[in-house]
Amino acid sequence: MKLVSAIIKPFKLDDVREALSEIGVSGITVVEVKGFGRQKGHTELYRGAEYVVDFLPKIRVDVAIAADKLDQVIEAISEAAKTGKIGDGKIFVSSLEQVVRIRTGETGPDAL
Amino acid sequence: MEDILNLRYALDTFYFLVSGALVMWMAAGFAMLEAGLVRAKNTAEILTKNVALFAIASIMYMLMGYGIMYPEGGNGVIPAFDLSFMFGGDNDAGAVLQQDAAGWYDGDYYSGMSDFFFQVVFVATAMSIVSGAVAERMKLWSFLIFAVVMTGFIYPMQGYWKWGGGFLDGLGFQDFAGSGVVHLAGASAALAGVLLLGARKGKYGPDGQIRAIPGANMPMATLGTFILWMGWFGFNGGSELVLSNVGEANAVAAVFVNTNAAAAGGVVAALLTARAIFGKADLTMTLNGALAGLVAITAEPLAPSPVWATAVGMVGGVLVVFAILSLDKLKIDDPVGAISVHGAVGIWGLLAVPFSNSDATFGAQIIGLLVIFGWTFTASFLVWLILKVTVGIRVSEEEEYNGVDLSECGLEAYPEFVGSRGSGI
Repeated sequence: MKLVSAIIKPFKLDDVREALSEIGVSGITVVEVKGFGRQKGHTELYRGAEYVVDFLPKIRVDVAIAADKLDQVIEAISEAAKTGKIGDGKIFVSSLEQVVRIRTGETGPDAL
Repeated sequence: MEDILNLRYALDTFYFLVSGALVMWMAAGFAMLEAGLVRAKNTAEILTKNVALFAIASIMYMLMGYGIMYPEGGNGVIPAFDLSFMFGGDNDAGAVLQQDAAGWYDGDYYSGMSDFFFQVVFVATAMSIVSGAVAERMKLWSFLIFAVVMTGFIYPMQGYWKWGGGFLDGLGFQDFAGSGVVHLAGASAALAGVLLLGARKGKYGPDGQIRAIPGANMPMATLGTFILWMGWFGFNGGSELVLSNVGEANAVAAVFVNTNAAAAGGVVAALLTARAIFGKADLTMTLNGALAGLVAITAEPLAPSPVWATAVGMVGGVLVVFAILSLDKLKIDDPVGAISVHGAVGIWGLLAVPFSNSDATFGAQIIGLLVIFGWTFTASFLVWLILKVTVGIRVSEEEEYNGVDLSECGLEAYPEFVGSRGSGI
């Protein structure tokens, strides 16, 4: 099993969710984060005082999947989240040791 | 004839009451404006200050302030300290109706209680100017103690000198609704406090940089400004003090139009000034511009033509932007711009009067503003100083870092999911 974490631009969330749904990934966790890679921040102005905002709003999408779906999921997220402009984000893949469905107690791939 | 007199009395009394209620509503305006311009962690405390100061003003002015400001007697400088208002009473209807109809408006032409009500809301307005300037780092209870002295004594004394018939009035100093008596006075008390309090931590950098500390809620700041704008129709309109005949009704209408015109002028001027200096429109400067326009016209909202009132407001709008930037350069930290809006522009408001009112002279206006500033600043400075060396006026560095909501109020304005034990969150 794999945990796929994707950092994407916030307005791409719906596109990514739909793309994942189309390939049969039904569960998803979303959290609002801030961050930057190579995309620079911007300058804001408040009552004449300038300040730089380095951290940009992003969304992190977490999906837990069976290992055999990995390539499909990576492709789906990449296609949906891409704009071609700097700041599109990254996908992180890690091994998922254990998954538990709390309601039923199922574990492993049955719990995905 | 008796019917007419009854009606006049009732109408003018009603007018005072409604105008007073509109000015009371400005307390909500200040609360929203200030809450929107401070950080989230300091919001509950500033709201507490605003509610409490209004209540304190109501009580202190009833107990002693009103009698100091409008005593029967007094020698022009020292009032007569009449403390009878708290025990109630009003004009006797029979005695009122026996007054000569020809000199009606020189007699008791409206309820004494309504006079108090209209005046007490002005004290609260002056006091609330202070709360914004000292926001985010002052101890709540030190502020409230200051409020007791300001509303019970400092404000009423200078109010007596002008509106209570004291020596400033005798000199020909003109201040229709209080650019000086209310706004400059409030700003003077605020300045004294801010000088002794110091700037917020991190506001000014070691190399002289001015750092932005953005407010947490622009919608509330905007709502507050609009509430103040509307309340000002009572503030200036009610200060005409009469409504019940053709001439006075026209005068009140002119005051409303001029008040609105000045606010509009202030908005446009501040917006354009900020755009010119910063390259972008700044909402907070625009909001301050509206208030600056209103403060500027408050000393004389009746005499000008609508176009001149707009111009007076515009000057206020330009002035306030520069005043805000200048105070920051002087490292005088005023989170909401209160000293600039009410002090710098209050001074302009007083000096603008002779341009449209031929009864005013620059000499009398200057003396008036120097007396009001001198008295209020000095008396306030003394009180703040005593508070500083006894109970202290500033929260500790750690309390300031965590937010005064937690240290002074023990609650959060925007509580978020923290999984706290004992709560329903």
